[in-house]
Amino acid sequence: MDATTQHEGDAIGMSDKLAEIMQSKAEHQGCGTSGGSGKASCGSSAGQGDLPTEIWEKVKNHPCYSEEAHHHYARMHVAVAPACNIQCNYCNRKYDCANESRPGVVSEKLTPEQAAKKVLAVASTIPQMTVLGIAGPGDPLANPEKTFKTFELINKTAPDIKLCLSTNGLALPDHVETIAGFNVDHVTITINMVDPEVGAKIYPWVFWKHKRYTGYEAAKILTDRQLQGLEMLTERGILCKINSVMIPGINDNHLVEVNRAVKSRGAFLHNIMPLISSPEHGTVFGLNGQRGPTAQELKALQDRCEGEMNMMRHCRQCRADAVGLLGEDRSAEFTTDKIMAMEVNYDLESRQAYQALVEEERVAKVAAKQQELESLAGEQSDIKLLVAVATKGSGLVNEHFGHAKEFQVWELSTAGAKFVGHRRVDLYCQGGYGEEDSLETIIRAINDCHAVFVAKIGGCPKADLIKAGIEPVDQFAHEFIEKSAITWFKDYLAKVKSGEIEHTVRGDAEIRQGALISAA
Amino acid sequence: MALKIVASQCTSCSACEPECPNVAIFEKNGTFVIDPAKCTECIGHYDAPQCAAVCPVDDTCIIDNSYPRYQPPA
Repeated sequence: MDATTQHEGDAIGMSDKLAEIMQSKAEHQGCGTSGGSGKASCGSSAGQGDLPTEIWEKVKNHPCYSEEAHHHYARMHVAVAPACNIQCNYCNRKYDCANESRPGVVSEKLTPEQAAKKVLAVASTIPQMTVLGIAGPGDPLANPEKTFKTFELINKTAPDIKLCLSTNGLALPDHVETIAGFNVDHVTITINMVDPEVGAKIYPWVFWKHKRYTGYEAAKILTDRQLQGLEMLTERGILCKINSVMIPGINDNHLVEVNRAVKSRGAFLHNIMPLISSPEHGTVFGLNGQRGPTAQELKALQDRCEGEMNMMRHCRQCRADAVGLLGEDRSAEFTTDKIMAMEVNYDLESRQAYQALVEEERVAKVAAKQQELESLAGEQSDIKLLVAVATKGSGLVNEHFGHAKEFQVWELSTAGAKFVGHRRVDLYCQGGYGEEDSLETIIRAINDCHAVFVAKIGGCPKADLIKAGIEPVDQFAHEFIEKSAITWFKDYLAKVKSGEIEHTVRGDAEIRQGALISAA
Repeated sequence: MALKIVASQCTSCSACEPECPNVAIFEKNGTFVIDPAKCTECIGHYDAPQCAAVCPVDDTCIIDNSYPRYQPPA
């Protein structure tokens, strides 16, 4: 196992195979905003595109299944499922810090009754909350009674809320009928391998049929059960998202094979996430120095897998008790003590009225982009570049540079603007970074971008960004992101053409590791 | 004749509780404990103690040496 290459700053080593991927991404045909490439125009679809209506209805207000929806709709997870039936080298069940944001971590466990109350309380406070997921902190299907009791209660009290769950898949085939029975129409399976040799490096053991299996045998059981469960779900028309953790040197290239395997079994969306690995997490990978991928490595792999399948690029790897829009966490407002004391008035009508407004906003955004895109039609250029955007949501350039906890990254080309991911730039509890350090952190996180779009920016950071080769752009404050990005890109191309500026290729960027200081 | 759960190591994940064939495991003060009077080390039920096999933290469900080892009925 690779125990040496912990990545620091910009000094990033890259294997030959990854270099090949980077090469191949040049040929890649992006789904972009143009659509019409013969497939559902990726997880970042701005509209129905070529999705069948019944699928569009299922995903259009699901923040995890539609990139576009995640600007407008919120989700919540309830932590009713603490037990797990497998062990993963990137997970440590002993770790629980309230300031930590990553999968598997949770501050409070809930009973199904508490969870149902919490869902009502959140749905009443946050009308755009449309999705309830059970994602742990263990595995929902290793706690079937608690998981299904929670679904049953929510079906009764808040039937408009979509139910979903996220599982490792080991117990999935045993529960497919029950899942279908509760109208759970979104299931996420974490599949990190389809080759037990690879799996043996990720999973030390699985507990199945009253026995602990280890090594190759464990991984073989797991992959067989995962793929069987996936087939059973898609046969029943349940949408499946596949999560995969990209672990450089272990499954990075193998994930292309995983992508093929899940695609052929009917998975709807593939979400390749970077390994989160840091010694203080106490995970096997954290302790043995296994590094996570760089931003460029991750994007190259996502691009490579994108051919015929939707890729999710907007995942924030949230906690098993997260509440709110992706990228924000309002769970601190809804602790058990607080929700139990809350008077909840579940008003379906006002929720629907609010959501109708959200729909109007979305339509306006799509129209604005369409107009701008048409004006790009005549442009001819091979230039493809990334820009970062500071946004609070709703698809607008509406966040101050200094307040941004994350940036959206968009790839611009003559095909249009394509959303390709997020970069976290928040401060971390173990570091104690000051103001200056935090600016360096931001520059490292968006170092592969040519420009950063903000609603507002101070003079000092502006100068430092320019020095780092990143153009701060504030003239599109409070305008639609895609429209603004395309306008800027047209101008950029014109300047390159006239010789005013020279197009250069940017370097790699860093994916932040470690604990998130809670936003609340 | 029993296993015990090292309280300081228990994450309270509850995975062991439903696996116990003797219903000997219950929650107490935020962690799980084994009733030594009911525990049979899973002898006669399974090849290995289920609590130890499913526990996510190594060396947390261990043989309690303050009791003699379980002797299955002849």
